[in-house]
Amino acid sequence: MAMSENQDLDLGGVGVESKKGSIRSISSLPGIGEHRAEVLYNAGFRTVDDVIKASVDELQDLGIPNEIATSLGRRSLGEKELSDLLVGYRLPQNLRVLLIEKIRNIEISEMELKRAIDELLALYKQITVDPNEPVGTVAAQSMGEPGTQMTMRTFHYAGVAETSVTLGLPRLIEIMDARTEPSTPLMTIYLKEGYDQNLEFAKKLAIEISTTKLLDLCEMRVDLEGKSMILEVDERALESRRVTGEELVDKLSSQKNCEVNDMGETIVISPIEKNYRQLQKLFFSIKDMRVKGTPEIKRAIVRRERGEYVIITEGSNLAPVLELEGVDASRSTTNDIYEIPKVLGIEATRNAIIRETVSTLEEQHLDVDVRHVMLIADLMTKDGGLKAIGRHGISGEKASLLARAAFEITVNHLLDGAMRGEVDHLDGVVENIITGQPIAVGTGKVSLTMKWSD
Amino acid sequence: MLDRMNKKIDNIAFGLLSPTEIRKMSVTSIITPDTYGEDGFPIDMGLMDARLGVMEPSLRCKTCGRRVSECPGHFGHIDMAMPVIHVGYTKILKDLLSGTCRKCNMMLLTKEEISNPKGKKAIIKTASSKSICPHCGEEQRPIILDKPTTFREGGQRLTPVEIRQRLEQISDEDLTHFGIDPKATRPEWMVLTVLPVPPVAVRPSITLETGERSEDDLTHKLADILRINRRLRENRDVGAPQLIVEDLWDLLQYHITTYLDNQAPGIPPARHRSGRQLKTLAQRLRGKEGRFRSNLSGKRVDYSARTVITPDPNISINEVGIPIDAAKILTVSNAVNEYNMEMLKEIVRNGPNDHPGANYIVRPDGARLKISEKNKEQLAERLAQGFTVERHLIDGDIVIFNRQPSLHRMSMMAHRVKVLPYHTFRLNLTVCPPYNADFDGDEMNLHVPQSAEAIAEAKILMMVQENIISPRFGGPVIGCLHDQISGAYLLTRGEVYFDLEECSTMLGDMGYRGKLPEPKIIDGKKCLSGKELFSLLLPEDLNMEFKASICNNCKECKKENCDIDAYVMIKDGKLMHGTIDEKAIGVFKGALIDKITRDYGKDAGREFLDTVSKLIVSAIMIRGFGIGLDDYDILEETSAQIEGLLTESEERLQEVVRAYKSNELEPLPGRTILETLEMDAMKILGRARDRAGEITGEELGLDNTAVIMASSGARGSPLNLTQMAAIVGQQAVRGERISRGYHGRTLSHFKKDDLGSKAKGFVRASFKEGMNLTEYFFHSMGGREGLVDTAVRTSHSGYLQRRLINAMIDLSVDQDLSVKDSAGNIIQFRYGEDGIDPTKGKTDWEGKIDEILAHVTGG
Repeated sequence: MAMSENQDLDLGGVGVESKKGSIRSISSLPGIGEHRAEVLYNAGFRTVDDVIKASVDELQDLGIPNEIATSLGRRSLGEKELSDLLVGYRLPQNLRVLLIEKIRNIEISEMELKRAIDELLALYKQITVDPNEPVGTVAAQSMGEPGTQMTMRTFHYAGVAETSVTLGLPRLIEIMDARTEPSTPLMTIYLKEGYDQNLEFAKKLAIEISTTKLLDLCEMRVDLEGKSMILEVDERALESRRVTGEELVDKLSSQKNCEVNDMGETIVISPIEKNYRQLQKLFFSIKDMRVKGTPEIKRAIVRRERGEYVIITEGSNLAPVLELEGVDASRSTTNDIYEIPKVLGIEATRNAIIRETVSTLEEQHLDVDVRHVMLIADLMTKDGGLKAIGRHGISGEKASLLARAAFEITVNHLLDGAMRGEVDHLDGVVENIITGQPIAVGTGKVSLTMKWSD
Repeated sequence: MLDRMNKKIDNIAFGLLSPTEIRKMSVTSIITPDTYGEDGFPIDMGLMDARLGVMEPSLRCKTCGRRVSECPGHFGHIDMAMPVIHVGYTKILKDLLSGTCRKCNMMLLTKEEISNPKGKKAIIKTASSKSICPHCGEEQRPIILDKPTTFREGGQRLTPVEIRQRLEQISDEDLTHFGIDPKATRPEWMVLTVLPVPPVAVRPSITLETGERSEDDLTHKLADILRINRRLRENRDVGAPQLIVEDLWDLLQYHITTYLDNQAPGIPPARHRSGRQLKTLAQRLRGKEGRFRSNLSGKRVDYSARTVITPDPNISINEVGIPIDAAKILTVSNAVNEYNMEMLKEIVRNGPNDHPGANYIVRPDGARLKISEKNKEQLAERLAQGFTVERHLIDGDIVIFNRQPSLHRMSMMAHRVKVLPYHTFRLNLTVCPPYNADFDGDEMNLHVPQSAEAIAEAKILMMVQENIISPRFGGPVIGCLHDQISGAYLLTRGEVYFDLEECSTMLGDMGYRGKLPEPKIIDGKKCLSGKELFSLLLPEDLNMEFKASICNNCKECKKENCDIDAYVMIKDGKLMHGTIDEKAIGVFKGALIDKITRDYGKDAGREFLDTVSKLIVSAIMIRGFGIGLDDYDILEETSAQIEGLLTESEERLQEVVRAYKSNELEPLPGRTILETLEMDAMKILGRARDRAGEITGEELGLDNTAVIMASSGARGSPLNLTQMAAIVGQQAVRGERISRGYHGRTLSHFKKDDLGSKAKGFVRASFKEGMNLTEYFFHSMGGREGLVDTAVRTSHSGYLQRRLINAMIDLSVDQDLSVKDSAGNIIQFRYGEDGIDPTKGKTDWEGKIDEILAHVTGG
């Protein structure tokens, strides 16, 4: 409003000149010649702003051809059209989505939209990072500094009493180390729609996947005289673990070098070669035998979370579980960062690092901007594999010999570097600190030369 | 290539020294292990030969003729009687020996095998595993490395001479397959025939007070080498028995090995006479105190100071008080020009001892002249353009202030100098949080930037106000704390009135110049409300609404009609409703600081913090604020009520224990019954304390100073209150009730297998009442765990941070907003996916877009 008022005022007193001026400015619009401009002027439009705020119908009524009117006047823009219009602008995805969301419900002309985008871009430019900003160091500090405020308590009972999870600093270290085996691996299995409200199904699935050992189902006695083992089957356990007697016998029969006799209440199992050595061998091989379930998964618990049933498992083995019927593979996940690249790929790993780190920090009530976490995750996964933060990962693979030597295992790096005839080009920060030269980051990356002119 | 302009070193190439090179750079051969002669001068061809450089200021180097300070030192060499293996290269030597033929010295691989795509390691492995040479058909024998430096081939020992002969025969092309660059390194150089002797400057001897000389560890080791080397040569030359020669050879090998690395696995480290391990070459480089981490990655600097810090609420947050004595030592160099000539002359005339003085002037030819009381007038007269004056620090100079551990960039900020009397650095209380400083004896460091570029950079990027917003979470890290928050609470909560006299004290303290609102008459006195006073320092067009820290989070917010005045509403720069507390001006949370710094500029933020802290400190001084034992008195009925509550809980616990003992307790899934019992116990007793806390909290009410502090966020928590007034509660070790100690019980004061509350560390007393003996002991156990935890945590998180920094230090944003490392590899295509700087961009985008759309389509 303010703008057009001003222009009206400026033009107001000049009379004929103002009309000419108005027409000239209106005719600068695409598809508007002087004639159409005059038509518009006579209809009460004084400025470009007036025209682009008119609706398409209004313009059409004044005899502006449909095509031109559409591009000039206000109308509601379709989603497809909107995203076409936004092509070519350097707006980040989140702003783009938000803008489309906002515009969908209002009528707006293309010119107005362009102006809005320009203003948004100007605002966005104000808050973008400065080139040469040492974002790596800032991210590292932002992650490291709150470390001192974290708890060391390894075990903490999350939510219900059943599961225990590593949290706080040890968990953070574990993630950054990309450790092969997290101290408390855990899966969260979501169920597909149609299954997620079915407690019975969830419970059944939980039992299916959790490991059932032989000793969970029966008591075992060793009959030294008969050189056999007598299993007293606990019918209740069988039922609660959903194992049938036949299944159990089948499983036992699959053991090598032994014979199995189902005696109803008890099962007698004995080695084919009746001697103590074979008996002992058999004893150890069936003692820890898995009768049912997925390897690695020790226990599985059904919980109700946000209006659906979710299975939480102790131990992690993602690949077979995702294949199961009813499991929502798109949401189910594990906290074992090392397992994810093998099953879901590197992008998923990157997201998992971010998710796990953020949730660890959040649980400790520490506020850290996601951008820092993203940078760390992107660095750890930069060339398609998962790399740890530390001498076995990123730091050990640096191009600069001096940078590696300054971090850890100094002497070996120097010896090997000499052998390989390495050349340090002094591109990084550490190398230049060592040689006492300006570092190539921040203000050290730019220089001014005076342009002499006479 | 602009960024390379001021670099002097473009690259550093690493390689091994060949024997020829060692001899070429050597100024003398060293033959005798003696150092100084009877005349006290270095012996020729001894370890301290004057051609290697000299250490006494009176002597000149015999090689270059320069004195100690200019002569860099020169290498000598020792010719080995017999070749010796370099410990650092035993692994690659083993690979080379077992990967090449013992007869024809070709790599034991066919052409196809060499082009193995799996990499060098795989190639070496296949080569080593061959038993017959594919080139000459010779049968290969397994090579065994006997740590540290003995090689055996099929049980027979290989002498270094034999090894060297074999290595010489390996072709350059084969070497590349072993990862060796033949241009930099020949493998036979890994078997030493000549040893470089480092210059004296590398191993200076120290003269003790008694006049005795004490030699460096390296010199000792070199002397050992020389001694054995001589004996070996003599014995070999006279044709001594093979056995003796071999023994001496092994001894020489031992000395060389420990000279290079005194911690090489498999050999006893060489020791000093006193039993101390010698620090030889590898030890000098290795580890935290080694050359790399201690002298190359971190350096000691001039123009710096360190002393104890003390608080000063009267200086601005971007100032630092510097003791006058320090200001007279720390200097800034000013180039003399026509505009500052008179000022600098005056300063020089003041000499080195009167404060705004100077210590040195530098002539245009580079000569530094020290200013003294005698020559100060004379030097002042000689001052002309082209001179530089190193003048004392004066008010307004920029310095960088730092407190370790420097965990984030806010640990080093630029301040303006304020020269003050006494001997401590003074800093404003509000900047304590970013430094994590307090005044229980903390010391801080100060650095004075010297060049114009450095000063400008410090001023623009590092000043305190530039760092109010933390890049970690985009909120303020500088803000009010402790009594300042209590002060704000007392000033602004409800309708508090101050008469004009009190008002002028406060406004004077904050240095207010401006109009006052119309006073109200209360009890015959002209008064202003605390809210009005506070509004004076808000920008005029500020509009904000938020919930204060004292907010109870009622289900339905009554907003401005809040019962406890917890809904803050600022309209056009006037505080209409609500209490100013931690949520408004506190560190990390202060919404008001955040808003002002973002919307009105960083200087406005600084100004606001300065004035607001002065105003509220003044307010709390007028109002008065104290705490005493009787603040924690609770009514007898209340304590009886708590007593009842506890007895009831203990009975409940006994119930569970009884169930446990009679095996009737239903275990939680996946837990044993004992674990279940412990969980139940923790739950029951925890709930009892919470309830007790609620009861005391209700009684103490919002006027209690401890309650004020806890709810406004100044200090303390409701739990602290409960523990002081009502009950300390269950003590835990490893998150469980205390369970260890004697067999079956925690202390001998209890019966065995007592699972009740008292025997397991439940403290029923309050801090005010005082604990009994067992309670005190359990409390100490819990306390100790906390201390250990902190100690362990700092080391772990310190290492994590070191690793993070080292991994990420080279990442920076490029011109196109992508993140790249120093080699130019792209890490992110756009920083943080949206390219937004966390310090700048915590914007409410939805609101902003609405605003823009309204602006564009409106009218």
